[in-house]
Amino acid sequence: MSIKALNVNKLFGDFVALDDVTVEIPTGSLTALLGPSGGGKSTLLRVIAGLEQPDSGTVEIEGKVATRLPAQQRGVGFVFQHYAAFKHLSVYRNVAFGLEIRKRPKAEIKKRVTELLELVHLENFAHRYPSQLSGGQRQRMALARALAVEPQVLLLDEPFGALDAQVRKELRAWLRHLHEQVNVTTVFVTHDQEEAMEVADSIVVMANGKVEQIGSPDALYDTPENDFVMGFLGPVTKLAGELVRPHDIELFAAPETDTVEATVLRVTRLGFEVRVDLKVNGDDIWAQVTRGTAEQFGLEPGLTVYVRRAPHRAAIPVATP
Amino acid sequence: MVRTGLRISVLVYLTMLLVLPVGIIFVRTFENGIGPVIDALSTAAAMHAFQITVVVSFYAVLANTLFGVTAAILLVRYRFPGKRILNALIDLPLAVSPVIVGLALVLVYGRTTGTGKALAGIGINIIFSIPGMVMATIFVCIPLVVRAVAPVLEEIGDDQEQAASTLGASTYQTFRRITLPSIRGALAYGIVLALARSLGEYGAIAVVSGRLVGRTQTVTLFVQERYQNFDQQAAYAAALVLVLSAVVALLVSRTLRPKEITR
Repeated sequence: MSIKALNVNKLFGDFVALDDVTVEIPTGSLTALLGPSGGGKSTLLRVIAGLEQPDSGTVEIEGKVATRLPAQQRGVGFVFQHYAAFKHLSVYRNVAFGLEIRKRPKAEIKKRVTELLELVHLENFAHRYPSQLSGGQRQRMALARALAVEPQVLLLDEPFGALDAQVRKELRAWLRHLHEQVNVTTVFVTHDQEEAMEVADSIVVMANGKVEQIGSPDALYDTPENDFVMGFLGPVTKLAGELVRPHDIELFAAPETDTVEATVLRVTRLGFEVRVDLKVNGDDIWAQVTRGTAEQFGLEPGLTVYVRRAPHRAAIPVATP
Repeated sequence: MVRTGLRISVLVYLTMLLVLPVGIIFVRTFENGIGPVIDALSTAAAMHAFQITVVVSFYAVLANTLFGVTAAILLVRYRFPGKRILNALIDLPLAVSPVIVGLALVLVYGRTTGTGKALAGIGINIIFSIPGMVMATIFVCIPLVVRAVAPVLEEIGDDQEQAASTLGASTYQTFRRITLPSIRGALAYGIVLALARSLGEYGAIAVVSGRLVGRTQTVTLFVQERYQNFDQQAAYAAALVLVLSAVVALLVSRTLRPKEITR
């Protein structure tokens, strides 16, 4: 295990930021800390980095207890949401910063910085200042800067949070690719489930300072442990006392095993997908079907269909209040 | 129309209060040509007064620079009990008359007080000598550096400092390489303001120095003493030098200030 956080607690005044959190992150993995804002994921990342002190619990990095080590001795690379670019230093000097602190020879620094700038495609921007770069370029510079000191773990706090949608998409794919190239244990914080599913090979879902579930993107999507994880990872609707995914609802023209009667309220076409709003026993639910299915049934408001959850698909009983 | 009216009233206001009096000093100084001015400024008493002012201002500005940066970092970056009190104390010198500051120092360190006697016993005289004058000047300048630096520290946030620490920089290295360059402009502005204030300080200095001609007389005290002794030439000449150094300091500060804002 590259990172171990064991029974970590952290309070900010009365606010419980981390509530007995235990997370283990294997060496070489690309892990997402996913959850709603205020859920404790950034705090956990900052505790791992040493930017925040836990009230209790331990943090281990590569087998060494790091709980009381200051940030500068932990060997972590940290990337901030708002880049934290050193504004008075050129791109080159930004990336060289950690190496200069370590008093490496000039030639070595030059070689390493040049390599890194090529890795993040900023080789032509070495002498610019951060204010002359776009958001995406600044974030790539910040990544190169963090990687320069060859950290044992790379921590990214909402790295794409401040970027616009297009750049964000590009950088996601690029981060995935970068991780394959440098293969350093990487943990990133995000509140975007799509981003987590697309980039990470392991996801830690956090809410209200607690870990809700840890697993691969598929495992979380297909076998969520509770209604929160189910709801956070994808769309849900309620059918026969269960939370189910709208695309897991099967439609039939006539009653079948376990089906219930439903009346079509509305049919909305979203390109290839069709959203069908239904009334079942007085409840409004919705199903997501393909265009082919919609045409096959001739779906239109007022039509009666029979629906059930597709067998073996994710379902969580709805808690009765 | 409104704008023209406003402009004229501001100009009239400044002319009455600032341009006219300073202009008169200029005119009076050179009434009899440049010769008497040079003579008046090169007397032993005048030279000594300039020397004292430079020495006192130097130490006061130095102390306030160190204290100002430390206090600004403390106020902006840390949470601690008594922070609001410290914050209020820093502005106190703006509210308290410098004469009272001088008196307070005399009450604490005067030769008849316990503290004063104890210090005199080990050969340190505060009142009627340079240390007391430096202390008085420090006191009146306290807010200037802090209030120039603190908003900039606030604005740049602590992201860059945290980034530096994750990259292996110690607290000192982070300050030296990241914080200091970021506040450089604001710090210079604060130092210039403190310097201008130190050069012109009168009230507090007048009380603690004892106005000993040739010993603890600063330029401002020299101006006042010469004026009272009907040596108006010397008074005007020294006053003009003070005004010019203040103007130069402010011009310097103006060139420093905009850079900070556009950055």
